Amino acid sequence: MASSQRSNKEDGLKAASPESPAIGAIAWLRWIWRQLTSMRTALLLLLFLAAAAIPGSLFPQRSADPNGVTTYFQQNAQLAPVLDKLQLFDVYSSAWFSAIYILLFISLIGCVLPRIMVHYRSLFAPPAATPSSMKRMPAFESATLSQKAAAALLENAEVLLKKKGYRVVRNENSVAAERGYWRETGNLIFHISLVFILISVGIGGAYSYSGQRVVVEGETFVNNLAGYDSFSPGIAFNESALTPFSLRLDKFTAQYDIRNKQNIGTPLDFRADVTSLLRGQNKAVSSTIRVNEPLELPGAKVYLTGNGYAPVITVRDGNGDIAFSGPVVFMPQDANMTSIGVIKVPDAKPEQFGIAAFFYPTVAELKSGAFTSGFPAPINPLLTMNVYTGDLGLDSGIPSNVFSLAVHGLKQVAGGKSGVKGIKLEIGQSAKLPNGLGSITFDSLKHYASLDVDYNPTQVWVLVSALSALFGLMLSLLIPRRRVWVKRTNAGFEVAALARGDDPNLILEVREVIEELKPGNQKEPA
Amino acid sequence: MSSTIFLDENLSQISLLGIYAAMLFYAGAFVVFALNLSRLASENKSVRESASKLEVTGLILMWLALAGHAFGVIGRGIAANRVPWANMYEFSITGTIVAALIFMVVQQFKAEIRYLGTFIAGFVTLVLGIATTVFYIHVKSLMPALQDYWLVIHVSVAILGTAFFNIAAALSITYLFKTAKWVNEPKGALAKSPAVKLVKRVLELFPTEKRLEQLSYRFNIIGFILWTFTLIAGAIWAERAWHRYWGWDTKEVWTFIIWTIYAGYLHANATRGWNGKRSAWLVVVGFSAIIFNFTIVNLFFKGLHVYSGL
Ligand code: HEM
Repeated sequence: MASSQRSNKEDGLKAASPESPAIGAIAWLRWIWRQLTSMRTALLLLLFLAAAAIPGSLFPQRSADPNGVTTYFQQNAQLAPVLDKLQLFDVYSSAWFSAIYILLFISLIGCVLPRIMVHYRSLFAPPAATPSSMKRMPAFESATLSQKAAAALLENAEVLLKKKGYRVVRNENSVAAERGYWRETGNLIFHISLVFILISVGIGGAYSYSGQRVVVEGETFVNNLAGYDSFSPGIAFNESALTPFSLRLDKFTAQYDIRNKQNIGTPLDFRADVTSLLRGQNKAVSSTIRVNEPLELPGAKVYLTGNGYAPVITVRDGNGDIAFSGPVVFMPQDANMTSIGVIKVPDAKPEQFGIAAFFYPTVAELKSGAFTSGFPAPINPLLTMNVYTGDLGLDSGIPSNVFSLAVHGLKQVAGGKSGVKGIKLEIGQSAKLPNGLGSITFDSLKHYASLDVDYNPTQVWVLVSALSALFGLMLSLLIPRRRVWVKRTNAGFEVAALARGDDPNLILEVREVIEELKPGNQKEPA
Repeated sequence: MSSTIFLDENLSQISLLGIYAAMLFYAGAFVVFALNLSRLASENKSVRESASKLEVTGLILMWLALAGHAFGVIGRGIAANRVPWANMYEFSITGTIVAALIFMVVQQFKAEIRYLGTFIAGFVTLVLGIATTVFYIHVKSLMPALQDYWLVIHVSVAILGTAFFNIAAALSITYLFKTAKWVNEPKGALAKSPAVKLVKRVLELFPTEKRLEQLSYRFNIIGFILWTFTLIAGAIWAERAWHRYWGWDTKEVWTFIIWTIYAGYLHANATRGWNGKRSAWLVVVGFSAIIFNFTIVNLFFKGLHVYSGL
């Protein structure tokens, strides 16, 4: 019924009639454009887009889970490169995914622009003329009326429909009315907002950056490229976008449940107390960062994304000189914060060595005799270590992972099968290293926080566009667009109505108009 | 938030009794509604008269079930000292009570959807059965990322949207049965089968095809508005909790897929040749994606949303 009003252009196929080659080409282009901007194409592209998004949830994605991709390559050495060729690890930036949404948005713009024009004109046009055959309208009722009442009918109808929010035109024998222009306005706002979302997401992505940094209590982090452990900029990022500030982690506090039996060890709260200093401002500001409460600095937001322990360790070499001293960042391995860490001492004399260590904040012994951690907070901390000698490979200049010790080619001199017991230290304890390598001290325990510094200049615009899409959507779906006609007949009068789209209450509206216009419900003319 | 809260596992166990009682009543309502349908079918009534005795019994059972259900949901919330929708068990019991409640309220005004009682009671019994046996976990406190008022907003609206989509899916499935070839023009052995005849009779009791299509659309547009809001609220929350508003996390991907399918459905309704059966199938696909998102994605897919608690 209402499809006649929709911008349904599927019937335009006949337009192409190739007479001369030039006209033929233009006709073809026209035909392609019509196809692309048709409702059916939009529908199919939407369904394609939904389908094309699925593989991204089946395979690990480089953007969200780079480690997962590495693992996948290791486990499926044959298949992974093939999948990679098909861009299945970068689905959302892949050529085929992009092709679908770009076509969809071209179609959207091609579809919406003409509709804006049409709608603009309709805003100033009078309501559609009264149809000659009222009965053929989807909602229709009639009533009888006395001669006297009939005289005032059109006047009454005009007043009534205006009161109901209709735009009304009175003709000689009938009244034509239309309402619900906001429905189409809302629909246009919705679709245009989608375009704005896409544009602002695109611009934001280009200028954004995201940097990660591990900060131990007492350490200060300065916002420049060298200050980050890892950094991912957008394509248009420029280093000058990094606002100069420094941030010190004063204290990190983790709180775990020790009260509820089923819940023991569950984290309740993480908080990082920090002091930040902006360039040009001499006053340092203290603030707290929590998991859902980032610190907002000008030009960047700082998020708390992780935490762990950093035992402070001092290593003396065989000569008694300090070869290493400071906090060592340990990686948590389980919910109770059993952590692993690596200490490399390349400058030790007479021999360089490395240490692979385990840290248990609350040590407990398993039946097998192995250690584990029974609670994530440091109630009874213990550090255990295996010691290796040999070339650590740090002199070669090849960057090596600070969190792992490539034990291949090294000789184990303490712990494991070496015949010498591994080293165990509680806070404040020291131990001699075997083979006259020196000694090691577990001085104290610190926390560290993993911070994420993020900047996205168009985030607000994405939000505003999304909310305006939601607003337009609600208008478009909830406001009925109706045309109502009241016509005088010999016996009385008729009321007919037509709606755009689904409108379950259309007939109720017609009945209401009939009721209101019946004599007795209207003031008789004086 | 930072002080230790008290988790009351005893109360949680008691609240579970409410859920069990609700399951019993829902199952009873399911049987009574089903009996009612087959009765009406066998009596060859062509038009539905005012509520039959059986139907009234079924509705009473539904209200009783809702009472037990409410006890179970609220008790769980008090036991956990927070909103009861932070893991799959809680999401299941809260989601189903919302669906059942919406159904009961709407049928008060629109008697024509009463026939859906069979589906709703059956579906809710099934989900609660799975929730209590597979998803149940002891009350737990929330991980820090979940301690946010956005949990209340984002998840409650998602539950509401799902409930609307759920009822719409039941309507569209009825539509598909009603328009199915094997029901209307059965061939061969099917034509003689008494089962097919009964199905056809039962289906005749339901609203007309046109009406089913319209009702499904009504529920779907409300569901879609709520889902759009869920998507936006989720992005706002993700920006605070995971330092980016959108990152194609598996759960985000599926929320997007569902949204896009339903956007396709809305277009289908305005495209010649795509309304009717095809758009009803899109509703089925869309709702299947919702179920998939809630079960398979939660349990087996890797991602940041590891909140099933299992
Ligand atoms: C990103 C792509 C698109 C999305 C997500 C989308 C989504 C939607 C949604 C949710 C609706 C229903 C709500 C409303 O009426 O405002 C809708 C309606 C509509 N869309 Fe789109 N759309 C897209 C692209 C297009 C394109 C390319 C066209 C043109 C061919 C189009 C034309 C329409 C029309 C005419 C309606 C109104 C249908 C009616 O009268 O019920 N849309 N769209």
